[in-house]
Amino acid sequence: MPSSRDLLDDARRVISEVTPQQVAGDRSTRTLIDVRERNEFEEGHIRGAAHLSKGFIEVQVEDRVPDKSTPITLYCAGGTRSLLAARALRELGYTDVRSMSGGFSGWKQAGLDFEIPRVLSVEQKRRYSRHLLIPEVGEEGQRRLLDAKVLLIGAGGLGSPAALYLAAAGVGTIGLVDFDTVDDSNLQRQIIHTRERIGMKKTESARIAIEALNADVTVVQHNEMLNVSNAQQLFEQYDIIVNGCDNFPTRYLANDVALFARKPLVDGGIFRFEGQVTTVIPFASPCYRCRYPSPPPPDEAPSCAEAGVLGVLPGIVGILQATEVVKLIIGIGEPLTGRLLHIDALDMRFREFRVPRDPNCPVCGENPTITEPIDYEGFCMMPAGIATEAVPVGA
Amino acid sequence: MAIRIRVPGPLRRLTGGDAEVTVDGETVSAALGDLEQRYPGFHDRLYDTDGKLRQFINIYVNDADIRFSQGLETPVGERDEMSIVPAVAGG
Repeated sequence: MPSSRDLLDDARRVISEVTPQQVAGDRSTRTLIDVRERNEFEEGHIRGAAHLSKGFIEVQVEDRVPDKSTPITLYCAGGTRSLLAARALRELGYTDVRSMSGGFSGWKQAGLDFEIPRVLSVEQKRRYSRHLLIPEVGEEGQRRLLDAKVLLIGAGGLGSPAALYLAAAGVGTIGLVDFDTVDDSNLQRQIIHTRERIGMKKTESARIAIEALNADVTVVQHNEMLNVSNAQQLFEQYDIIVNGCDNFPTRYLANDVALFARKPLVDGGIFRFEGQVTTVIPFASPCYRCRYPSPPPPDEAPSCAEAGVLGVLPGIVGILQATEVVKLIIGIGEPLTGRLLHIDALDMRFREFRVPRDPNCPVCGENPTITEPIDYEGFCMMPAGIATEAVPVGA
Repeated sequence: MAIRIRVPGPLRRLTGGDAEVTVDGETVSAALGDLEQRYPGFHDRLYDTDGKLRQFINIYVNDADIRFSQGLETPVGERDEMSIVPAVAGG
């Protein structure tokens, strides 16, 4: 019968051990897994490490790391459990598995950076239980939601459903930019507001609704119009920007500043029965200008106030935007990048159009000509004939 | 060659309310020309005064934007569906 020492010696023959300093050096190229028990992980762990306790690693690792050639480094508290777990992974066919000697204690002694994650309270575990049950979300995903900061441009048709679902999902900080007040004609679609709050600032009305729904959410009210002088500073305080504005100048402003600030932008637009949704990851996927290099002239760009909109349509589009935000925060699925989702509520068809990055895009193309905010009102007042000169049509 | 064209809401008044119409043509340009013949008014909505497609209106052949293909000369065939998709700003 082999002793535990024999087992460890045996494991050391097949598994290479690395020091905490080496692990810190190759963080970007290797998947790091913490194999300690859940409670140990929750008390503090290496930033960005996944958690798979040693007791479950053989049964769960193939779901979490399907590619068996993935470079993996395991660690535990002192370096013993990770060594044995690494050998188990080798036996499952993983070809590049290392164990960190000294474990998390050694990591901390070396003065390296670690994080103490947010621990969900009993109430939070109950409140978010339907999320926690989904393996793709789980406690880690819920923690990310609670730590996330999302800025909604507009607390109107798109912002209302988006804000409510993001709040329900536990997005910890929701910023709202809107300078408008609640009007009775808003209530046909802007479901975050109520009759009692007609005349109130929309951001205040939305704050009341969100706080009634979820006390975990901090609402930050920005009672102002998004403009050239405040946009950059506002965007920098948030992780993701949701565009639910109602005009072209703000739409181009939000696009450009999201790119300058390197913040993902989830764009949604509506007109009567039709909606459009897309997600922009700055400089990695096409932006709004890649799709529409210039706006229509003002007389051909009627707003919802002028042209009307089916009340439930912003519900559909805003909830699609919220879905994208939740996925981006948790880091799951495939974002709606490089694709325009077009919704026609009349024939109830969802179509998807491919949108490539435009090498001639003035903001994210190869030779950008717009590197700071411009005069968007002026840009959107230009006759289309002039505006079209900037980027050639066709090949 | 019969091509289906999806017409956006704001332009359906030109087609008597129809969301989809059928035209003939072997290129996008020819198909849009035939669209104008059958339903006058499209040309001015789709082209600027220089005869270029306006930049806030995308024309897709199936799921591909013609700007990144052969522009107005992009070929179209019997099984293709063209879509006219203007930018919308409402929120």
